[in-house]
Amino acid sequence: MTVKLGVPSKGRLMEKTFDWFDRAGIRLKRTGSDREYAGAIEGIEGMSLVLLSAGEIPRELATGRIHFGVTGTDLVHEKLPLWETQVEPVAELGFGQADLVLAVPQLWVDVDTLDDLDAVAAAFRARHGHRLRIATKYHRLVREFLVRGGVADFALVDSQGATEGTVKNETAEAIADITSTGETLRANHLKILSDGLILKSQATLWKSRVAQVGDAERATLERFAERLAAVQ
Amino acid sequence: MPERAEIRALATQLRARFEAAGAQAVEASILQPAETLLDLYGENIRGRAYVTSDALRGEQMLRPDFTVPVVQMHMAHGAEPARYTYAGEVFRRQEHDPDRANEYIQVGYEIFDRENPAEADAEVFALIAQALEGLSLRAATGDIGILMAAVQGLRTTEARKAALMRHIWHPRRFRALLDRFSGRVPPPPSRTALLAQADPLADLPPAIGKRSVAEIAERIEALRADAEVPPISDREMAALDTLLAVRETAPFALERLRDVAVDLPQIAPALARLEARLQALAARGLDVENLDFEASYGRTSMEYYDGFVFGFYAEGRPDLPPIATGGRYDALTRRLGDGAEIPAVGGVLRPGLMHALEREARA
Repeated sequence: MTVKLGVPSKGRLMEKTFDWFDRAGIRLKRTGSDREYAGAIEGIEGMSLVLLSAGEIPRELATGRIHFGVTGTDLVHEKLPLWETQVEPVAELGFGQADLVLAVPQLWVDVDTLDDLDAVAAAFRARHGHRLRIATKYHRLVREFLVRGGVADFALVDSQGATEGTVKNETAEAIADITSTGETLRANHLKILSDGLILKSQATLWKSRVAQVGDAERATLERFAERLAAVQ
Repeated sequence: MPERAEIRALATQLRARFEAAGAQAVEASILQPAETLLDLYGENIRGRAYVTSDALRGEQMLRPDFTVPVVQMHMAHGAEPARYTYAGEVFRRQEHDPDRANEYIQVGYEIFDRENPAEADAEVFALIAQALEGLSLRAATGDIGILMAAVQGLRTTEARKAALMRHIWHPRRFRALLDRFSGRVPPPPSRTALLAQADPLADLPPAIGKRSVAEIAERIEALRADAEVPPISDREMAALDTLLAVRETAPFALERLRDVAVDLPQIAPALARLEARLQALAARGLDVENLDFEASYGRTSMEYYDGFVFGFYAEGRPDLPPIATGGRYDALTRRLGDGAEIPAVGGVLRPGLMHALEREARA
């Protein structure tokens, strides 16, 4: 059996991941046609490449179907409540930096903190007859953050894309989303709460704590670790 | 699984015991409309209950407890007074502790009665205590009504009292609000800066979203008014701190709370209810002298209870959830009753845990 490495199957995240491993002398590449998600690893024996959606990598690590995987801290924390027992961060890759933040309309000049948001949520529910809606795809992280912060009377609404637009479209009053520069938020007339940082994320190489490792794989793991140590 | 059958048999036996005490056995659907539960508990319930859906009925929840359906059933067509019992699975999503069960049987006993709340409280507690006899358990009791009465009688604005009442069950936010309302912690700098502006609504960013400029203006007015409100006095704060820290055997706790009532006379009626309850418990032969009472008990986990609260815990097994819990939930009947309301109190047992403890004791 080979040691399996799962990496994002497309886009800049894939390219940067390939570049990062390149520096360790490990060449990752896609094989076959452009549309086929098949890959290969050169420069190290006994490893195979699995191309996956970044969102599926946490689950594959947690079930042990892959030994290593590259994906964001945000996705691991959102999808694996017990992530510490299932995966272990090996290296932060220095790209894909993004913060999961809570943002409200810039118009809300009276709102700067979670405390304000909570007070506004109570008044909003009394006036509009429904709870203050927060659009996000990070349901668990956002819910736990707000509950811990003592915010009540909110409702999470699911938004899998163009989340910044939900406020203007009046399908939500506030949002929680990933941002790297805050530019999209500003362009959509939103601002981040001063205590609204939910999580700092970046692309990270994770090791599964549950994937099966035999003697043959152990030797590969050691070689892999040596290569990685050289780039860090 | 034989163990499962044994637990089910124990549940049936417990429900029969409650029927013998005068309760009517009732059933509830496993799938409950999510909207009612979300309205009651807020988004937090999604972390604790399983949500499913279909295109016709929308979101449904696997019942996380029986209390809400039983209250709804009673409010819709129950005669008064009423006693109900039930036994069945409840489902609790677990995201932090894989050792906690996500599906287990609850057996409950609920009383809807206007006449004598102290007597009803004692009846539920005594029946549950009897059902648990033989197990080595510690009972914890409290009364959230005392803290609520204290807050409602504070010499401060209605707005501040409403904010505190909203967070009775969130001790951290409650404390943060108290600290600010008493001047122990200054207002956040952003708020001071906002109120220092001559016209915070000048040059507003583009108006987007459902919350209107008028609502923002209204809140700024409210913040301005609140900034003028004198702090909650040191005397009231000290009394509240003492109240929240009361943790004694019941008779001593009552004494301590009577001292608190010198500065917070608004709690006197709640203390009279506590005293009447203790008498009713003693009359049923319970050892009130050694019963623990904790004024803050039930504030983190028992969101709809607003009076008497209790729980039974396994001695030497702090890893286990409570074997039984219960309390008074008058306000819940108001919220589910469309204007109607009725004082209600109830409790639930977990036969699965009772079975495990019995087996452990035999081993």
